Amino acid sequence: MYDFNYHRPKSIDEALSALSSASDGKLMGGGQTLLPTLKQRLASPSDVVDLSAISELSGITEQGGAIVIGAGTCHAEVAGNASVQSKIPALAALAEGIGDPQVRNRGTIGGSIANNDPAADYPAALVGLGATVKTNMREVAADDFFTGMFETALADDEIVTAVSFPVPEKAGYAKFPNPASRYAIVGVMASKGPAGVRVAVTGAGQGGVFRVSAMETALAGHFSAEALTGVSVPADDLNADLHASAEYRAHLVGVMAKRAVDAAG
Amino acid sequence: MPSVSMTVNGKAVTGEVEGRTLLVEFLRQNLNLTGTHVGCDTSQCGACVVHVNGKSIKACTTLAVQAEGAEIITIEGMATNGDLHPIQAAFKEHHGLQCGFCTPGMVMSAADLLQRNSNPSEPEVREWLEGNICRCTGYQNIVKAIQAAAQAMRG
Amino acid sequence: MAETGIGASVRRKEDNRFLTGKGRYTDDINRLGQAYAYFLLSPHARAKINGIDTGAAKQAPGVLGVFTAADLAADGVGGPICGWVVTQKNGEPHKSPAVSALASDRVNYVGEQVAVVVAETLTQAKDAAELIEVDYEPQQAVTKMKASLAKGAPQLHDDVPGNLCFDWEIGDKAAADAAFAKAHHVTKIDILNNRLIPNALEPRAAIGEYDSGTDSSTLYTTSQNPHVARLVLAAFMGLGPENKLRVVAPDVGGGFGSKIYVYRDEIVTLWAAKKLGRPVKWTAERSASFLNDAHGRDHDTHAELAVDKDGNFLGLRVSTLANVGAHNQIFSTATPSYLYGCLLAGQYKTPAVYGEVKTVFTNTAPVDAYRGAGRPEATFVVERLVEKTAREMGIDRTELRRRNFIQPEQFPYQTPCLVQYDSGDFPLLLNRGMEVIDYAGFPARRQASASRGKLRGLGLSCWVEACGLAPSAVVGALGGGVGQWESANIKFNPTGSVTVFTGSHSHGQGHETVFAQIVSEHLGIPVESVEVVHGDTAVVPFGMGTYGSRSGPVGGGAVYKAAQKIVEKGRKIAAHLFEASVEDVEYANGTYSVAGTDKTKTMAEIAFAAYVPHNYPLDELEPGLDETSFFDPMNFTFPSGAYFAEVEVDPDTGQVTILDMVGIDDVGTVMNPMIVTGQLHGGFAQGIGQALYEQCVYDDDGQLLTGSLMDYCMPRADNLPSFKTEETNQPCPHNPLGVKGCGEAGAIGSPAAMLNAVVDAIGVDIDMPATPEKVWRALQSRAQAAE
Ligand SMILES: Cc1cc2nc3c(=O)[nH]c(=O)nc-3n(C[C@H](O)[C@H](O)[C@H](O)COP(=O)(O)OP(=O)(O)OC[C@H]3O[C@@H](n4cnc5c(N)ncnc54)[C@H](O)[C@@H]3O)c2cc1C
Ligand code: FES
Ligand code: FES
Repeated sequence: MYDFNYHRPKSIDEALSALSSASDGKLMGGGQTLLPTLKQRLASPSDVVDLSAISELSGITEQGGAIVIGAGTCHAEVAGNASVQSKIPALAALAEGIGDPQVRNRGTIGGSIANNDPAADYPAALVGLGATVKTNMREVAADDFFTGMFETALADDEIVTAVSFPVPEKAGYAKFPNPASRYAIVGVMASKGPAGVRVAVTGAGQGGVFRVSAMETALAGHFSAEALTGVSVPADDLNADLHASAEYRAHLVGVMAKRAVDAAG
Repeated sequence: MPSVSMTVNGKAVTGEVEGRTLLVEFLRQNLNLTGTHVGCDTSQCGACVVHVNGKSIKACTTLAVQAEGAEIITIEGMATNGDLHPIQAAFKEHHGLQCGFCTPGMVMSAADLLQRNSNPSEPEVREWLEGNICRCTGYQNIVKAIQAAAQAMRG
Repeated sequence: MAETGIGASVRRKEDNRFLTGKGRYTDDINRLGQAYAYFLLSPHARAKINGIDTGAAKQAPGVLGVFTAADLAADGVGGPICGWVVTQKNGEPHKSPAVSALASDRVNYVGEQVAVVVAETLTQAKDAAELIEVDYEPQQAVTKMKASLAKGAPQLHDDVPGNLCFDWEIGDKAAADAAFAKAHHVTKIDILNNRLIPNALEPRAAIGEYDSGTDSSTLYTTSQNPHVARLVLAAFMGLGPENKLRVVAPDVGGGFGSKIYVYRDEIVTLWAAKKLGRPVKWTAERSASFLNDAHGRDHDTHAELAVDKDGNFLGLRVSTLANVGAHNQIFSTATPSYLYGCLLAGQYKTPAVYGEVKTVFTNTAPVDAYRGAGRPEATFVVERLVEKTAREMGIDRTELRRRNFIQPEQFPYQTPCLVQYDSGDFPLLLNRGMEVIDYAGFPARRQASASRGKLRGLGLSCWVEACGLAPSAVVGALGGGVGQWESANIKFNPTGSVTVFTGSHSHGQGHETVFAQIVSEHLGIPVESVEVVHGDTAVVPFGMGTYGSRSGPVGGGAVYKAAQKIVEKGRKIAAHLFEASVEDVEYANGTYSVAGTDKTKTMAEIAFAAYVPHNYPLDELEPGLDETSFFDPMNFTFPSGAYFAEVEVDPDTGQVTILDMVGIDDVGTVMNPMIVTGQLHGGFAQGIGQALYEQCVYDDDGQLLTGSLMDYCMPRADNLPSFKTEETNQPCPHNPLGVKGCGEAGAIGSPAAMLNAVVDAIGVDIDMPATPEKVWRALQSRAQAAE
């Protein structure tokens, strides 16, 4: 790792000022992606601004028909939270399936979505549930937030503050993990609720998370796994790597979508 | 150089570190607590697991400065007055270790599991250990040890 | 003595330090004034090095020295060596290219060490390494064996034409051909034995230190065999002489073969310490371990079995290409030749066996012995072929095996593959395994799975291996470069406690406990009073170290023999004290007595008398109670087993779930059942890892695609079942303890059982590892073929 100046601001304003006075500042949530990257010397920020002491970024609340999760909330907290478990059990299950317990004790929802790893789980949750990302500047619909592999709509000095998930009628998540890294080879979130019927796929797309409209249409008619029979996604724009070819991923999208719908009950 | 203060195994410690100093480096080099191991550089093996404020984390993926003011427990802090912690005792009784390199991380990870779930099933233990790699034991005796420790701790 | 002697599950003496964080691994050691080494590794799989500019790096903050091959050559420091000369078909020795201590004018694999920086801190060394300018001229690499042997392929070494390391044969070709000529049925199979990366959890590390006052050096290192490392460093790298070099292998976090060898980083670290007059510490990063620790396996085999109409095996022909990587190492020629070919007969009385092996240099990391070394590959060939034959001939696979087993009364049994099996009861193993897995109930279980839409499969593997390396004379005759005995020294202390010095090295096997049990059993003292010391050439007389499951049979045998010498010397001392003749002194359970009298002396009393010889036969006997033994057995040992695996395949995803894994083993006398079972579990995990999860993959340019735990799948707790193990304990007839060795068994027998189970489930042959996509594709192709 190259050295950097470390800051631990107590408020969003302090964080923003630390960021703006740095020549090349980087925000840090739980550090579970950032630190491995820095250890490999793949980046050399001048300053690291640790968001973990900002109390307004953490916590889970129910607001109207939505669950709002502070950006600094770690995966373990989401998985173990009673509101999430009762209102959106699929989201709790998704969080429980991220990485391992130690990663879940540190990694945050804000960091995960800001990073937008094409194999990460949360992007499927946000898009699949029709969530809204709140930042220090604005609110962005999940559909507009994820813009490509490791790319988001965030500006350089923009901090994710929270994610608001409308409580769905039903939702299910099914993940086929990479056997080595345990990230998603394919992960599918399927839901029916205020945001309509949604099917969002992570792990498979070259551009990151995507929705499958053919599946959504099929499910809008009847929200059941059988409704998906015969609906497939083309392999053309899917990822291919050591662990799964595009063709296999395309097949898994179909299988996982059905399982997600089954899990939604 | 920033200075950090934290409590490690009940003792207040202070040290000079760089921003980039990892918690595991601080423990091993500054404090000579070499029981916390480094088995990988991609945050996956779990040899470095310690507790920060009561939760298990990977000390190789945490900066020392992030632990400012925190309560840290390492493997060296598990036994009391020379008596093995029930998890340590169960690892010995059930041969849950061979080369011993993964062991500190396994014990610390198990301790976090047992404070959340006092009676984990075999699949629950196996799943919990997702972040702890052991190349020697095939895990069976580790799982057995953790379940036995749970029983001992339930009394 | 029963509770702590041989056969008792004594809890391990070493555990307390490991459990409390007090283990002392190489990286835990810090020497006063130590500097840190960091190696610059080649990013290219094949390139000419036109020059290395270390100027800027040398000027960087904290840098004490930057060294390249030229610096080492100037001091006459040699590179890694090959320890076994294999004689080829044409009578010539194998080809071993010259290897320097750092890459000199070319690199031949990604991760090859090109230069080293030594600095005050590790970070400074790493920073400075970025400033080294290497003028590489990248060239086309070759990573696949067939491509490497092809005409016009890039040539890795000037002194190895055609990249062929050796072309070797075993068995009787004419006899095998004759068997095939009269065969009723011939089963053919093509097999890839996937390349593996050992991944002991502790990365390799070394600390070199030089004392100018005594002109002597010390190397702390992660070695399975410190004395061998010392011998090699002294004899071939010019870093001795042996009596001025101390090698310490403290606690070592697993080895599995990968820590047998003397690697470049260790050589350079030791040399640099002397050059700079500072202790120098180096610790591998896991990413580097992936690139330049020795890899394992990597065979490409065609095999054929000739069978008569009743299913009797008539002949076996095996032709294998084995990848040795970029250059040879200590066992890289022995592993794919003798350690492989000698086991091709398996448990069967196949009268004619012929095997030929070509080993090939490629632009990949060196490949050498990894847990099982050659024997898992041989077992895999034989057991995949046998199972396929059963399927093709419509004979039950257990029945087919049974018909062809070497029978218990046929031992010792001379196989057509050089070795003579000494003992075993193969039908017993098979029968017991069938009971434990409930073989008869399998069809019903398969039906139950099918009703849930799942494909269930059962596979087995009946294997025998040769381990306990040993016999020096045989090893020497076959080309091995060193002796294969083991030594032990038992030192009674005047107050009755005992220190045992063993040349074996424990890196997880539990020698500190098991060897204490041997002493406890034979000298009648409690295990707690026995301290076992290993891993330091300055205190242990000598040793050949731990690999090839040799510690129990050979190292344990040496401890036993030393204990017998103690007993005999004690008898003489006792006779003097009893004023009796030596013949009348009896010994049992730590006590000497004279029949018909009430005279007794305990071992502790005898020890005291030996060190305080006030009443002692000094004219006939030296004082002291301290005996050393070297043990060199007359044969290898031959553990065997029957392994059964049962799996379920999800046809939608190709995911394999392990439902059951049963291992019935004959590892001879079991000295500590708890530890033996633990060794078997670990072996299963690695064998299952090979069968289902692990594979090392290079792309065509020689870049390692599985260069981290993110891509190389190590089995984790939730990938594995609880194993069922039993031992049948047929003692080995030619070592005093009757032990056969259990360190590699699990890894040798389980891949074939597991893959056979998957193949049984899906009905199509596939290669390891049986990853979900591979299984899914196999099912797709089967479905297409059926259409
Ligand atoms: C072993 C391991 C296994 C893992 N497995 C999985 C898995 O299965 N599924 C999965 O989805 N993920 C997985 N992860 C990633 C993990 O979930 C990370 O926690 C997550 O991707 C990043 O969260 P973080 O809080 O640690 O972010 P950090 O690492 O701190 O930051 C990541 C990026 O986000 C930026 N950032 C952080 N917080 C904010 C914010 N509030 N506003 C704007 N930008 C911000 C940072 O600048 C940085 O660029 C794994 C990680 C590890 C180490
Ligand atoms: S050292 Fe491997 S996870 Fe921390
Ligand atoms: S005991 Fe060696 S890695 Fe677990």
